[in-house]
Amino acid sequence: MLRFALSRLLQAIPVLLVVITMTFLLVHSAPGGPFSADKAVPAEVLEALEAQYNLNQPLWQQYISYLGDVVRGDMGPSFKYPGRSVNELIYSGLGTTAELGFYAMLVAIFIGVIAGVTASMRPNTMQDYVPMTAAMIGICMPSFLLGPLLVLIFGIHLDWLPVSGWNQIPGDKILPAITLGTGYAAYIARLSRGGMLEVLSQDYIRTARAKGLSEFLIIGKHALRGGLIPVVAFLGPAFAGLLGGSFVVETIYQIPGLGRFYVQAAFNRDYTMILGTTVFFATLIIVFNLLSDMLAVWLNPKLRQQVRGE
Amino acid sequence: MDANSTTLTAEKGTSLWEDAWIKLRKNHLAIVGLGLLVFLCVISLLTPWIAPYGYEQQDLLMGATPPSAEHWLGTDVFGRDMLTRIMYGGRVSLMVGFIATAVALAIGVIYGAVAGYVGGRVDAVMMRLVDILYALPFMIFIILLMVVFGRNLLLLFFAIGAVEWLTMARIVRGQVMSLRKQEFVEAAHSLGLSQWIIIRRHIIPNTLGPVIVYTTLTIPSVMLLEAFLSFLGLGIQPPQSSWGLLINYGVETMEEYPWLLIFPGIALSLTLFALNFLGDGLRDALDPRTAKD
Repeated sequence: MLRFALSRLLQAIPVLLVVITMTFLLVHSAPGGPFSADKAVPAEVLEALEAQYNLNQPLWQQYISYLGDVVRGDMGPSFKYPGRSVNELIYSGLGTTAELGFYAMLVAIFIGVIAGVTASMRPNTMQDYVPMTAAMIGICMPSFLLGPLLVLIFGIHLDWLPVSGWNQIPGDKILPAITLGTGYAAYIARLSRGGMLEVLSQDYIRTARAKGLSEFLIIGKHALRGGLIPVVAFLGPAFAGLLGGSFVVETIYQIPGLGRFYVQAAFNRDYTMILGTTVFFATLIIVFNLLSDMLAVWLNPKLRQQVRGE
Repeated sequence: MDANSTTLTAEKGTSLWEDAWIKLRKNHLAIVGLGLLVFLCVISLLTPWIAPYGYEQQDLLMGATPPSAEHWLGTDVFGRDMLTRIMYGGRVSLMVGFIATAVALAIGVIYGAVAGYVGGRVDAVMMRLVDILYALPFMIFIILLMVVFGRNLLLLFFAIGAVEWLTMARIVRGQVMSLRKQEFVEAAHSLGLSQWIIIRRHIIPNTLGPVIVYTTLTIPSVMLLEAFLSFLGLGIQPPQSSWGLLINYGVETMEEYPWLLIFPGIALSLTLFALNFLGDGLRDALDPRTAKD
């Protein structure tokens, strides 16, 4: 298991290098620098600014020194928020985004697994069709449509829940979490239905039935563990998607998280901030993919043997 | 000659495609999806001739009005007919969906077919590249691309297509690997056919099933991506319009004029619905494991 994790970690290094290089080149080939603002800045001031941020050096030198900084965990200063480092900005947004993502995942797993398992117990009956049609609606309803609709219904017409902010009024986390979580709930429902159907047709479930175990025990103790493996494998990539989703949800509900910072940095051409957040996102995604792979190996005895056999 | 052809028809069994069509026809949701899709495509093609009003035709005095007999889906704040705008927006949304998917299809099929067919070290290198690209946070790169190079429709096709080809390449590679060892390919080899002809004539047609299914499922995810970017203000730019952009505008005024959000939303969701149901139906129909019952 340790060797498996280590080899996967080693594979992550070239991926990260590609991410950093591509982002670096892309950002630096952008027309218009970070200081080409609305106001005309005197040439000397511009030069001084560029010297301060090392922008006057040749590109490869900037690249090498940036790589060195990143290895030491220093993403540099922000161009648009003078006096603040990218590390600080990422840190201040991360907590919010992580909390939002956590609640969204709770919503997704809770609703998704219940719907999927319910559907798998009586396939091709109403008990299957109703949750699965709902799941299809969830997949076809993008968050940038669902969010405003929820705001319109629960925030404005019914006036039950607050529609913007984060951690200010009680209940202001409910709508964002549901908006972000619904799409994943739908995918998880489909995956857990498929996984459960496969497991429920296997011999050991028949054995459990023959022993006279209650349906609750059969599902909860024997079937779930195998049936949810596709869901676990989905969680890693889902996390990546969750970050993308946070761009929209944080914009709709005006939540001061990483996603909104990123979109703003992209609009502002805040070089170091874009580079920093991209590298940070990429690292996160790679780590989460690794974790979900390891969890899948741990859950599935067959895969475990394969890994040991290597 | 005549007699010969009759015997041929008499002996003919149902081919894979006829089989699939029979199965697909039994799936009501998929057929409804297919019908809706054909309807939407026809509407989109004919929009310039059948749209009830001009695309930029304003009536500032009227302003935003709810649905009425003259304007079936109401008008926006400039008094522009919403039905017309949704029809024009759909043209762009569908076009992005189809063209970007076609880009992904072309790259993915060729790349996967070559990797799977050549095999060995070439395959290992090619697939490792796919693995690396898979791990990249693509959403972020697309946002970056649109910001760096400006919002331009061609770049959008390219960027989205460049993301979506990866899965296609994997699927095709897997198919080709298993096809490569079959007798009819060996026979083609021994007849002295060139590699390229074997790939084109024998390998690619046999991978069509999974490719068609995955293509049908790629179109909605591409349309979603375009709508997402347009919603953030990074995709299609006015005066062009797409459903994502219309939803973006609709959100701004949804408190006073909810229909400006709801109708483009319904249009987008229904289309995604149709494509997903059709894709699911095709998967069931083309999967040999769910063979004749």
